[in-house]
Amino acid sequence: MTPTPTNATEMANETVDSLAVLESRGSVAETYGIPLAVLAELTHRCPLQCPYCSNPLELDRANTELTTDEWKKVLSELAEIGVLQIHFSGGEPTARKDLAELVQHATDVGLYSNLITSAVLLTKDKLRALADAGLCHIQISFQGNEPMVADRVAGMKDAHAKKIEVAHWARELDLPLTVNAVMHRQNLHQLADIIQMAVDLDADRLEVANVQYYGWALKNRAALMPTLQQIEETSRIVEDAEVRLKGILAIDYVVPDYYALRPKKCMGGWGRQFFNISPTGKILPCHAAETITGLDFESVRGNHSIAWIWQNSDAFNRYRGTGWMPEPCQSCDFKEIDFGGCRCQAFALTGDAGNTDPACTLSPLHERIFKLAETEAAGDVNRFIYRNFKGGTPEDQADRSA
Amino acid sequence: MSASRSRKLSVTEASRPVLPRHAQLKFDKTRERWVILAPERVLAPDEIAVEVLQLCDGRSVAQMLDQLAAKYAAPRDDIGADVVTMLQDLADKGFLVEAKEPTP
Repeated sequence: MTPTPTNATEMANETVDSLAVLESRGSVAETYGIPLAVLAELTHRCPLQCPYCSNPLELDRANTELTTDEWKKVLSELAEIGVLQIHFSGGEPTARKDLAELVQHATDVGLYSNLITSAVLLTKDKLRALADAGLCHIQISFQGNEPMVADRVAGMKDAHAKKIEVAHWARELDLPLTVNAVMHRQNLHQLADIIQMAVDLDADRLEVANVQYYGWALKNRAALMPTLQQIEETSRIVEDAEVRLKGILAIDYVVPDYYALRPKKCMGGWGRQFFNISPTGKILPCHAAETITGLDFESVRGNHSIAWIWQNSDAFNRYRGTGWMPEPCQSCDFKEIDFGGCRCQAFALTGDAGNTDPACTLSPLHERIFKLAETEAAGDVNRFIYRNFKGGTPEDQADRSA
Repeated sequence: MSASRSRKLSVTEASRPVLPRHAQLKFDKTRERWVILAPERVLAPDEIAVEVLQLCDGRSVAQMLDQLAAKYAAPRDDIGADVVTMLQDLADKGFLVEAKEPTP
């Protein structure tokens, strides 16, 4: 094509098509083989104690984490095999003293870097060092729109105020900001205010993510499960905000599984377009995959390359495609659309990761799960079990001054 | 507010559009195509978009049009409106902002 367009209308249409989305949520990236973006969980250490943490119940200890040199080697290898973006996550990635060095290395090997952080350990100097090292984007988690709710959920005094401060620094440094808000029964009433907070913080994006129930969240499900009425109200608020804030704030909305009719296309399908790397170097199909027992995950510390693990390891191939599916998935018209939903959820709720995700109305367990959600949402369990290395601490025994 | 400026670039011939730090134009050797890397997204610009984006280095839109008209031996006015439309579209999507200082 030459840039000698015939008329403006045609060109305007073409321009829209000139930016095909290679990867967002639910994309065509699987046709390209190696994922475009990889999540690096640098550590499980975190000063927050959120009861819905996506990390496994058995957290990796600091002395088992990959070293700086090991992570650098991993980053080089990822760039070499065609990964384009790296998300530095955790735990709390800024708990690693070598974070700026790792961001610099990602920049040096041509990776686009994103920091997924609670922000509470950052100082202005540390954030500037990360920006100077080439950090491209920052995502900060918020537990509410004000300290009363937010600090209680985080299990940390003054966490909320600190996050607000860091978000302002990020924009001063011209870092694009995503606000991540994990939503549940005890903070959903703040959603409209959280959306306004994201606008006031000059964020580009807001993730409104309903809790997904594996690991710590499963342990705390009774205290977190929203009511159906709350979810209906949430959808209304999000839809209204999407229209009202078009061009100002992009909103990604993750609906809660238990009240869904169809399961989510989890991770875009197992082993299709995503993997993450655990603090000890295990290559995982999703960040919750270690909750599934009976799968053997290969590590970057082993004898295989990352590309080999992605293409050939048993853990990745076990639930790839549609061949593994039982009924009702196998004969279902949606099997190439949702790939049977979430393996971790199937395991958590049925004991077998190879079953249909009970979030699907076609699962024989769906009705029971829906009823369970309604019962728990209406119940009076509101106390959290905080996430920590001790296997969890009930809220009434917790020290929140950390 | 500081970022509204970057989100509301109105493209004219005097504009000097550049890619913001969070949008990177890069040739992806593995997939053998140009890509724009952005927060949570990877986009595939077509040939025309790539050519125009490569000119977004701090020069003015007027200079871009001169160069494109010469290269393709096409009337400048024919190209002008369409290139501005494309640049505006890229700016509206957050992939172009006004350069902080004009380059010499």
